[in-house]
Amino acid sequence: MTYRRRVSPLHAARAAAGIVWCAGLGAAALIDSNPILLGAVLLAVLAGGLAAGVGHELRRALWLAVPLALTVALINALVTRNGLTVIWRFGNLPILGQTDVTLEATVYGGILGLRAATLVLCGVLYSVCVDPDEVLGLLRRWSFRSALTATVATRMLPVLLRDSARLAEAQRCRPGPPPGRMQLMRATTAGVLDRALDVAAALEVRGYGAARSAARGRGRPWSRHDLAFLCSGAAVLAAAIIGRVSGLAGFQAYPALHMAAGPGSLSLAAAVLVCALAPFADRRGIEP
Amino acid sequence: MTRVVVSDVSYRYPGAASPALDRVSLEVEPGEFVVLAGASGTGKSTLLRAVAGLVPHFHGGEFAGRVQVGEMDTRDQGPGELAAQVATLFQDPETQVVMGTVRAELAFPLENRGWSEAAVARAVEETALALGIDALLDRSTAQLSGGELQRAALGATLAGRPSVVCLDEPTSQLDPVAGDELVGLLRRLNEDLELTVLLAEHRLERCLGVADRVVVLDGGRVAFDGAPDGFLGWAVKEAPALATPGARLLAGVGVAPVPGVRRARLAMREKGQLPVEVSFNGPYPRQMTPRAEEALKFHRVWHEIKNGPTILRGLSFTAKQGERIALMGRNGAGKSTLLRHAAGLLKPTRGKLQAQGRVALLLQNPNDYLVHDRVRDEAPAAALERFHLSHLAARHPRDLSGGEKQRLALAIVLGDPADPPAVLCLDEPTRGMDRHVKDELVTLLTGLEASVIVATHDPEFAALFADRVMLMGDGRIIADGSPREVLAGGTYFATEVARILDGAALTAVQGIALLTKQEVPA
Repeated sequence: MTYRRRVSPLHAARAAAGIVWCAGLGAAALIDSNPILLGAVLLAVLAGGLAAGVGHELRRALWLAVPLALTVALINALVTRNGLTVIWRFGNLPILGQTDVTLEATVYGGILGLRAATLVLCGVLYSVCVDPDEVLGLLRRWSFRSALTATVATRMLPVLLRDSARLAEAQRCRPGPPPGRMQLMRATTAGVLDRALDVAAALEVRGYGAARSAARGRGRPWSRHDLAFLCSGAAVLAAAIIGRVSGLAGFQAYPALHMAAGPGSLSLAAAVLVCALAPFADRRGIEP
Repeated sequence: MTRVVVSDVSYRYPGAASPALDRVSLEVEPGEFVVLAGASGTGKSTLLRAVAGLVPHFHGGEFAGRVQVGEMDTRDQGPGELAAQVATLFQDPETQVVMGTVRAELAFPLENRGWSEAAVARAVEETALALGIDALLDRSTAQLSGGELQRAALGATLAGRPSVVCLDEPTSQLDPVAGDELVGLLRRLNEDLELTVLLAEHRLERCLGVADRVVVLDGGRVAFDGAPDGFLGWAVKEAPALATPGARLLAGVGVAPVPGVRRARLAMREKGQLPVEVSFNGPYPRQMTPRAEEALKFHRVWHEIKNGPTILRGLSFTAKQGERIALMGRNGAGKSTLLRHAAGLLKPTRGKLQAQGRVALLLQNPNDYLVHDRVRDEAPAAALERFHLSHLAARHPRDLSGGEKQRLALAIVLGDPADPPAVLCLDEPTRGMDRHVKDELVTLLTGLEASVIVATHDPEFAALFADRVMLMGDGRIIADGSPREVLAGGTYFATEVARILDGAALTAVQGIALLTKQEVPA
């Protein structure tokens, strides 16, 4: 689940554009609670991931996102006392007390779950499609050391994955019963510390300790993909704000369900989808 | 032009009983190519770390004396400041590559120094072209092979045009071709840019030919400091474990040792020792005769990765009981995959293999086997005794020396001597080892009853250990025969003695016996 340069418009765009696009979708999911709009955002994230060639990573992320969404929905349905339409009476339960499940709490729980799943997928899309080295370059102007620490920490992940795979292989080569989990855990921890020390030494000799802010140059020119994803992210965010302000994305869960679902809402959802996915249509100059 | 002056430096790591460096003094002139030699644990890496400022700033400990790099004193300036003058490359490329792409990796040290974007871009392109890694620039570092990673790390080391470069066994993970290329590249940069090179290395035959000077460390002290010619003469008498096979050959036939194959041949020709008319026909150092029974059989084994390359291509061979096989070839030729198939860690995508009993596998890093707090918990007592580790039973496995860890890992995979494996496979067991530990390993392996298959990049080790050598290329066995048939005729996969004597003998002992018409000592 780490960044690798792929042949896609999103990977061809600079990190700033990728961040704006992912953040735009994430913000839209946070701003609007209307299920039609939320569904459109989720669809845009999934379709965008497929168009960026990271469908496999998103599918793996769904193993986390779907149970998370269901858990959120279930908890909200069980603990929220709001809502007028009771659909199930559990009676007096230990810890929870009097528990009546309402239609409104169930629906709103589903919306919260949908939002959580969308945010998880946005995060995954960011981590596999936005170059962390470029992000470091961007962030170093404001907070160099924290940006570097965060980026290097993510770099340790593939190294440690390879280490743990090697350790597992070595343990399969042992005759007799395998060592206990605790022993393996301790050995892995010791290995992590050794590795971290090696990486820290490498950083020192590359001048990390004496790092200065990079002088700003002209930089590379803005490509069609940079501009497209910047505009796309901004447009999605604007559509979400318009939906919220104008009521086209209106939604009210309590005390009774009320949702804007007219032609305006559907058009807005379609606009979000089109705006988010339009940059993927242009596949010129996307080779690394 | 940067001069490195090490004045009376002593250093002790935190908690260590004895000093790693003991009153070391050294002056390295600008543009000198210095090889640091010595057994493992004698202070070579520590000296390099002292020049880079990691000692004492990063490691702590007790430091005395002074190291000056140009105008900078390492007591006042840390590794970050020194990085503008001194670049350092360590042994393991995996932990040195910290960025996501090769381009970002090369740019990282320059950005740390505040170079402008244009200057960084130019330096990255020029360095990549000079090192021949321009095609890798936009590749993800997670996808690179060990050799490619090492070149990327070297690129990051050299991109800022340092005046001093410290390298700690940079060729230990490379195949002979890539290793020779790296040393040649360092010499070219040393000549073209007047780069001062400090290179710690165990395979001295690889680098003495290009060195200006050799410094030998022993117990943290300078035991020898002089030209490579003088070093070889000194090593043959005072430290035989450091003498190259070529030097031992020349000394054995009464010729003053000189570094490099070309100079050795010239010296022998002048003394009338070359050309050699006949080949060595005497016995090998080992006296093992493989039995007729099969221990392991590969029958048209393929390994094809889904959405990836083919690693093994219809591999067929049989290992006889008691046979000693050296498996050689370039990085990525399929050696490690073959061993993993033999041990059952991988399943063939086509073909089949049969083993007459258990197949034990020792992977590259012995640390991966060490998971307990005491040596005695890692392997049965009888196995520890067999590998002379009983006296260390109460120690923590990670506190052992490199050679002891390797012996312990061997004891673990071989298990109880009452239940021996039919085949023992070892993946690069001599990586980063000094000659003494390698000789110890040869003795251990030749004492085993099991068939032994060793994947190695070290032709000298293969010549000492094996009675059969298989050379792999692109997932296939491209040569399979006796050590003499495979190791005598080549350039890269040949021993130094074979290259000097046109393949007439493989080892110094054989060469001396051939030229002096003596019996090979047992």
